Amino acid sequence: MKLLRTVAAASLLAAFAVPALAIDISGAGATFPYPIYAKWADTYKKETGNGLNYQSIGSGGGIKQITARTVTFGASDMPLKSDELAKIGVIQFPTVLGGVVPVINVDGIKSGDITLDGTTLARIFMGEIKNWDDAAIKKLNPSAKLPNQAIAVVHRSDGSGTTFIFTNYLSKVSGEWKSRVGNNTAVEWPTGIGAKGNEGVANIVAQTKGSIGYVETAYAKQNKLTTTKLMNKDGKAVEATPDAIMAAAAGADWANAPGFYMILTDSAGAAAWPIAGATFILLPKEPKDPAAASEALKFFAWAYKNGGNMAKELDYIPMPDNVVAMIQASWKKDVKDPTGKPIF
Amino acid sequence: MQPAGRRTVVDLALQDNSIRAEAASRSRVLARLQLGDSGFRYLTRAAALGVLALLGGVIVSLVIGAWPALRQFGPGFLVSERWNPVTENFGALAPIYGTVITSLIAMVIAVPVGLLIAMFLTEMCPMWLRRPIGIAIELLAGIPSIIYGIWGLFVFAPFLQDTLQPFLIRIFGDIPVLSTLFSGPPYGIGMLTSGLILAIMVLPFITAISRDVFDAVPPVLKEAAYGIGCTTWEVVRYVVLPYTRVGVIGGIMLGLGRALGETMAVTFVIGNAHKISASLLAPGTTISATIANEFTEAVGDLYTSSLIALGLILFVITFIVLACARYLLLRIERRIG
Repeated sequence: MKLLRTVAAASLLAAFAVPALAIDISGAGATFPYPIYAKWADTYKKETGNGLNYQSIGSGGGIKQITARTVTFGASDMPLKSDELAKIGVIQFPTVLGGVVPVINVDGIKSGDITLDGTTLARIFMGEIKNWDDAAIKKLNPSAKLPNQAIAVVHRSDGSGTTFIFTNYLSKVSGEWKSRVGNNTAVEWPTGIGAKGNEGVANIVAQTKGSIGYVETAYAKQNKLTTTKLMNKDGKAVEATPDAIMAAAAGADWANAPGFYMILTDSAGAAAWPIAGATFILLPKEPKDPAAASEALKFFAWAYKNGGNMAKELDYIPMPDNVVAMIQASWKKDVKDPTGKPIF
Repeated sequence: MQPAGRRTVVDLALQDNSIRAEAASRSRVLARLQLGDSGFRYLTRAAALGVLALLGGVIVSLVIGAWPALRQFGPGFLVSERWNPVTENFGALAPIYGTVITSLIAMVIAVPVGLLIAMFLTEMCPMWLRRPIGIAIELLAGIPSIIYGIWGLFVFAPFLQDTLQPFLIRIFGDIPVLSTLFSGPPYGIGMLTSGLILAIMVLPFITAISRDVFDAVPPVLKEAAYGIGCTTWEVVRYVVLPYTRVGVIGGIMLGLGRALGETMAVTFVIGNAHKISASLLAPGTTISATIANEFTEAVGDLYTSSLIALGLILFVITFIVLACARYLLLRIERRIG
């Protein structure tokens, strides 16, 4: 009995002692990377005892919170341009990559059976191509058996990084899309049904005959949706595989992208998937709490080094090694404590 | 005899011998009663004024939040169908239209059905069936709206897509006005589906309140009507309904209030398209669905402000509906009175 009490007291003491010693990092923002941040945080806590509290409140909320400095770091699916970064005094770096893929529900068509190109995709989402047996689709797919069926366009109803990447691609490949609709986390859709979240789009596409939507590649895989191939910048038809998305990231000119402002759409390279993007972290250049910021950077350094496989398990694509080296160099250069000393 | 301390004013008044016996403590007792009374009055008044203060606070913060959008777009905000986050050009017409139409569909279905259920329960239902039906209706009211939304998306919408919607498109295909109302490809989700889900959601409110007020009709009135040879329908039509119309309208307004503000269930099944379509089968959006969808990721002051302005408009619509209901009741009472 006495032993039990001693053990209980000791464990109680330990339970209080560990969080008191460890520094808890707080972050808030994008919902897309939440599963992987949570998984990294869980493993990191087990290995180092340092916790990470990440609230997935949306990219807009993440930007607002880091501007107000109520969190150690903010997270956004949409990269900020360098003048916006300078205005709120933060640096920006990508953590993981994701691809966006068109998904369809057409009778008799399996994944990879049909290929679309950028212009055709833009015309479908503008409501100009209304039927699956339209000449433009037939021309790209002479051998496919396309039914005479109305196309139901499905898009996101909430603002999202997925929409940002998708409309960025359409704006690059279609001048008409750029002038009529444009590029943002939410746009004025010319046609179609709106669904909340990747899972919402996946769901409506799965149960609506003749539909086409766009989701993160992970959701297409998990929901076993029919995906299309896309014609990339080099004129090759590619599938949205992790390798194709990595190829898009590896070929990009990160070194000349201030604030790592890079949207991996319409990337050059024979194997590159044309609609991809990264999710980003925003961290103050002169953090109010240098200790916490330093811990946050340590956490991300650990995640780049050890988190790749965890990311792959959850269908994210880790950053290429050369980009990680550039990111860590930018930490040393830009993030300083009040005395001007680098904190990483 | 009760102990002295427990005595109330009534006791004192009834037993004048005890008044004489306790004449000295009378003023003390009264003072204590008065203190308790005024304390109670202030407590209730504070609670009631608290509601007013809360309401005022909500209005003020909505107006402040909505101000940038209202200043930018002016009254045009109410009549513009544009909703373009890229160029930051916003208008509230599509959500307003969706909110009004879905609520209208819901009321057109739920009011007659709800009243019929309540009439059956109070006038014709055998005793052993009353409790099960009553409990079922109360359970219907207790289901969280997200469950209705998920059920609507996974079960109800595919069912409508295969059955009701093709049927409507086919039978109304040749009738001039109705063919536009029920045109287009059957998506399963859309304005009509939202209206139907809302009807199911507001049904229990209308039924439960109507049943309670129908039960409160004095039996002697109904028996007199039956006595002079009225049928059950005539009793309901000429005795029960006129006697309970205030309560019934109250129940309907409560249901309408829920239909106007319902968020989650509608978001799932309405299709969330900022468009006004003539067809009820087409996707649309409502005020609360727009806010729920877009608030978290709304970047930029004007965007956020426009969403808050939508909230303010919903507030005003609800207020107008309530005011209309009050006015209606007042007119009815004056006509009778």
